[in-house]
Amino acid sequence: MSPLNIKSGATSHSAYNLRPVFSDTRETHTLAVVVDNESGVLARVIGLFSGRGYNIESLTVAEVDAEGHRSRITVVTTGTPQVIEQIKAQLDRMVPVYEVHDLTVEGPAVERELALFKVVCKGEHRVEALRMADIFRANVVDSTLESFVFEITGTSEKVAAFGDLMRPLGLVEIARTGIAALSRGA
Amino acid sequence: MTAQQMTGAQMVVQSLIDQGVDTVFGYPGGAVLPIYDEIFQQQSIKHILVRHEQAATHAAEGYARSTGKPGVVLVTSGPGATNAVTGITDALMDSIPMIVLTGQVPTFMIGSDAFQEADTVGITRPCTKMNWLVKETDELSSTIHEAFHIATSGRPGPVLVDIPKDVQFASGTYTPPNKADLGHYTPKIKGDIDEITRLVEAMETAERPVFYTGGGVINSGTAASQLLREFVKETNFPITSTLMGLGAYPASGENWLGMLGMHGLYEANWAMHDCDLMINIGARFDDRITGRLDAFSPGSKKAHVDIDPSSINKVVKTDFPIIGDIAHVLEDMLRVWKARGRKTNKAALQKWWAQIDDWRKIRCLDFKNSKTTIKPQYALQRLEALTKHRKDRFVTTEVGQHQMWAAQYLGFDDPHHWMTSGGLGTMGYGFPASVGVQVAHPDALVINVAGEASWLMNMQEMGTAMQYKLPVKQFILNNERLGMVRQWQELLHGERYSSSWSESLPDFVKLAEAFGAKGILCSDPADLDDAIMEMLNYDGPVLFDCLVEKHENCFPMIPSGKAHNEMLMGDAETQGAIDAKGSVLV
Repeated sequence: MSPLNIKSGATSHSAYNLRPVFSDTRETHTLAVVVDNESGVLARVIGLFSGRGYNIESLTVAEVDAEGHRSRITVVTTGTPQVIEQIKAQLDRMVPVYEVHDLTVEGPAVERELALFKVVCKGEHRVEALRMADIFRANVVDSTLESFVFEITGTSEKVAAFGDLMRPLGLVEIARTGIAALSRGA
Repeated sequence: MTAQQMTGAQMVVQSLIDQGVDTVFGYPGGAVLPIYDEIFQQQSIKHILVRHEQAATHAAEGYARSTGKPGVVLVTSGPGATNAVTGITDALMDSIPMIVLTGQVPTFMIGSDAFQEADTVGITRPCTKMNWLVKETDELSSTIHEAFHIATSGRPGPVLVDIPKDVQFASGTYTPPNKADLGHYTPKIKGDIDEITRLVEAMETAERPVFYTGGGVINSGTAASQLLREFVKETNFPITSTLMGLGAYPASGENWLGMLGMHGLYEANWAMHDCDLMINIGARFDDRITGRLDAFSPGSKKAHVDIDPSSINKVVKTDFPIIGDIAHVLEDMLRVWKARGRKTNKAALQKWWAQIDDWRKIRCLDFKNSKTTIKPQYALQRLEALTKHRKDRFVTTEVGQHQMWAAQYLGFDDPHHWMTSGGLGTMGYGFPASVGVQVAHPDALVINVAGEASWLMNMQEMGTAMQYKLPVKQFILNNERLGMVRQWQELLHGERYSSSWSESLPDFVKLAEAFGAKGILCSDPADLDDAIMEMLNYDGPVLFDCLVEKHENCFPMIPSGKAHNEMLMGDAETQGAIDAKGSVLV
């Protein structure tokens, strides 16, 4: 027993029993982050997410301005509203970051993802796979007598739905790019 | 200015000179030899050879914190860089401007697991504000200038430039600071005037306001402290401060409540809990400050002035968020408040002060003194009494109970005179920091208030202090315990004192003498004043081994998971019980 009368219940054995009091509803946001295209910048952004315990649902990055050496990182993340605000503020204060856009709140945006699906099938399944590909406007980018590789572009939901339909038909491998997004309008 | 050709190593030195650097703390090694060769051949920059790279970073922190200028560190690749990581992280947590230059293996050997190779930019990416690996000599000087810009603007912090050895040897074109590309990093300095006006309106009617200030005021410069003092005086609002902010408002000032937080003063924590308007200026609602968040100052509107937007709403919801430099925002706040007629709710303030005076009557720092044993609080009271008249007194601390007692019992009337590891809580910070402060202020009185365990973590710096004739006073409150760990174990872990006592301690007097310094041992309260005077009068480094009460606890204390109004207070009766039980156990 402690000689000092610390009431039981409220006291934990940790110095960090300090749960924040913010809302705990989780939201998914798509962030566009324009950065200097320099070595280590992606590691810096990813390190921020892992170091502070934020989620990355999807991440794409590529240079978008060769002359200005700028890359655009599109990251889909989930968290409470307060965490989302923190992520944006933490990204925004990083030295190589030019701008951070929250496409989920800054008005309507288009989000697209490209995916490649390899389907190994014969007979009826081949016909069905091609029919589905047609409905989903997927392209055949490689074919052998036993297989197809389909290329599909669309929202993540559409890509996922196509994958669900291909699975019973012989889906063996998937490659997805993750989301690229732009705000609508001028 | 015409383009100047020089080697990378020459560029490093020239860049430092052009940035106004007078002191570099460092330690040589294979990958920085070309730079050390250049340092050898010039007189503008003084190099302080530390005895461990961690100490170089803490010394640079002490230098930076006491001067307002960035600290500069030069270390070699591999172990040189990894040893510096603790100090770099410390500087990041406490927002200390610091430029760390590291050597690296030649570019053509990077990635080959070469001798003394480490992925320095990879290792330091999360603990620097920004870092660079420079692969072209032509880019070296520009990068160093950008590094100074980033370290010192916005929220200050440590930056690191990793320089491969072949880049140091190769020749290139030197870029002077005014020609350098400083990138696009431009933090917001001026606060939003509408938000400032909203806050001033709230201040005019507030019944129980309190200023809660932090290290940001110190970082913003002396103008910020002056503006803060004026504002506090004019409004007659009470003011408390975090550990990092001590000295921004004078401890002798009438409105001073003392430090707040886990070991803050009773009146300060109660004022925070009961206030109706909390004005956070340059502090960050650290967990040592807030206690239990859902019970943190439940009835107040909260304003938060900070230069770092990510500090706003990080842990505490803010009603008046103001992003900007403290001095600029305070200037605007004062201007708006004056223009609106200098209004405060005087009647309510009077009642608020009456309440605060009642809290003050608790005299939370009173302790049961002893005639036979030196109480650590008493030791600091005497140190304060014998040194507070010295305007040139600088105090550093290590980390633990002694640090909290120093914050409670020593008074700071000026910014930049108190250096302590706040955010990271780095044991071993204080001694090298005192070295850095003394280098910056050769004639000043520099005292490191230490615990024996912390002090041993960087004791090798006795060599540095002797070599450069730095008369730093190491005031060790020796309780032969890891006092704060022991206190937590007593209160929260059933008095099981797991590995929290210091066994096989050295004879500190002999240790001092082995380095050629002076050692003083004091164990009798009656001898304390004379011993402190002996320390102060000695011209040279002193190791003061002050044997204090072994089981003293630091109060007030907000235990974990508790709110500001649930502070534990020192109780002489209870403490007697602890002493008896503790001595059986230990």
